[in-house]
Amino acid sequence: MSVTGAPRPRRPWKRLGRPRGSPSWEARAAFLPYLWLGLFFLAPFLLVAKLSLSDVVLAIPPYAPKLDWSAGLAGVAAFVRALDFEAYARMGHDGLYLAAYLSSLKFAAVATLILLLTGYPLAYGMARCRPSVRQALLMAVILPFWTSFLIRVYAWIAILKPAGLLNMALSQVGLPAVDILNTDTAVYIGLVYAYLPFMVLPLYAVLERQDDSLLEAAADLGCTPFQTFWRVTFPLSLPGVAAGALLCFIPMVGEFVIPDLLGGSGTLMLGKTIWTEFFSNRDWPAASAVAIVLLATLVIPIVLFQRQQTKLMEQR
Amino acid sequence: MRRGPSAFNIAAITLGMGFLYLPIVLLVIYSFNASRLVTVWGGFSTRWYASLFQNEQLLAAAWVTLRVAFVSATLATVLGALAALGLVRAGRFRGRTLFSSMTYAPLVMPEVILGLSLLLLFVSVGLPRGFWTVTIAHTTLTLCYATVVVQARLVSFDEALEEAARDLGAPPWKAFVLVTLPNIAPAVAAAWMLAFTLSLDDLVIASFTTGPGATTLPIRIYSAVRLGVSPEINAISTLLIGLVATGVIAVYLLNMRRRTPGA
Repeated sequence: MSVTGAPRPRRPWKRLGRPRGSPSWEARAAFLPYLWLGLFFLAPFLLVAKLSLSDVVLAIPPYAPKLDWSAGLAGVAAFVRALDFEAYARMGHDGLYLAAYLSSLKFAAVATLILLLTGYPLAYGMARCRPSVRQALLMAVILPFWTSFLIRVYAWIAILKPAGLLNMALSQVGLPAVDILNTDTAVYIGLVYAYLPFMVLPLYAVLERQDDSLLEAAADLGCTPFQTFWRVTFPLSLPGVAAGALLCFIPMVGEFVIPDLLGGSGTLMLGKTIWTEFFSNRDWPAASAVAIVLLATLVIPIVLFQRQQTKLMEQR
Repeated sequence: MRRGPSAFNIAAITLGMGFLYLPIVLLVIYSFNASRLVTVWGGFSTRWYASLFQNEQLLAAAWVTLRVAFVSATLATVLGALAALGLVRAGRFRGRTLFSSMTYAPLVMPEVILGLSLLLLFVSVGLPRGFWTVTIAHTTLTLCYATVVVQARLVSFDEALEEAARDLGAPPWKAFVLVTLPNIAPAVAAAWMLAFTLSLDDLVIASFTTGPGATTLPIRIYSAVRLGVSPEINAISTLLIGLVATGVIAVYLLNMRRRTPGA
């Protein structure tokens, strides 16, 4: 074992195996999922972009123009000429879309903040427990994540509805009833409830790995417990904070089930807008245009999230 | 020396767990309520469970959902394991960045976007919507989760073991099957379970990509929920929660047992 000296290649014999230039079998194996994702993940986005430039017509499928390959190049030219930004223009004129856009961002941002404030103490407390207890608690946080999202949101309806369990409990102790279901408050409760495991898990992962001797060093140097937390524990947990925040914020902006079931008619969110345009109004171009705008908004957070994921996977 | 949890830590854990579990516990309790009203406890009864098994529509939907989940989870696990191998082992290859972005993006992509885009694909190529379109859509969604789960295990697996097998004369496929695969098997099983439950649970993507005759259980539950709370929904939810919880705890205990003697 050479501890000092020039860095050696870790496994020098590895290069002998295959001729330079020919891909390993692992690289060939990746071709299949690559093809699948290209076909069913990447290509569909081009179609959404195309459709957002189309017009609504009364037909099946309900949009025009359709590409006519039989007409050759002339057909393609006619097709391209018929595309326009009408769906986007309508979005700009109609204040409802802008309101839904801003309110989606607000819901997601505020809920992410609440999640951080509730998830951090929970993850921190878990990381301080004995290893055997920690395992059980981790399991307890993961379990709701595996059980149905829809069912967990449904459970809140029975609690929050006017003649529901919350008001029953309140009247038992002599407090006035509250009307929460179909309000923004209910949407916040639902978002925080449904996404709490997504926040706790990345936070717990960084907090659990933290070296206790750092805390002892800080204490020896005269830090109060709060200072130790604020100047050592918290800064070191920032990657977990970022991962948790992104993991919650991005899907929450486009959330549909929670605002639909717990929110009221006044609750505007883009996920709901896309759903309504598509299923109720049968306006596919408008739904596509909203989807493109939503995607454009989320591109930066998604790229940040991917970078972090890649870094996490490669540093282990 | 690791300091134990303080009173504040214990309070945070208790409150957090209470918040996570109280709604589920209430839902399960009220599925055994004899009364149709949520707030009135009319005594213990299993009548809602009995009425579930007479509901043909619900049973048909449950059957479709299980089939979709089974096929899509299997496809997603195979593709996901291959993708993980590519990402961990293949080093730098052309298009790697695009590939890794495509595998991570669906994890956070809002489901409405995935659902809408896949539907447009199926419409534009003229694929009739039904069982297979939902299955393809769910495979695409869960493939990414499967990749991440298998990848996490692969990066901690010492490749030298497989190389040793090759040095001893095993062809690459044999070294993989005999050495690497048994080592990553728990992760592959976990990936399958995760893919299965995600498919079982999905409402949004299934709503976009489904067609006549392929109504899944979440779609049925959703349309019933829109009409209000009913004890039948509590009963079916309890069954689903029980099924998933049993599976997850079983896999967890299995992994624990495997790990203890070796560690």
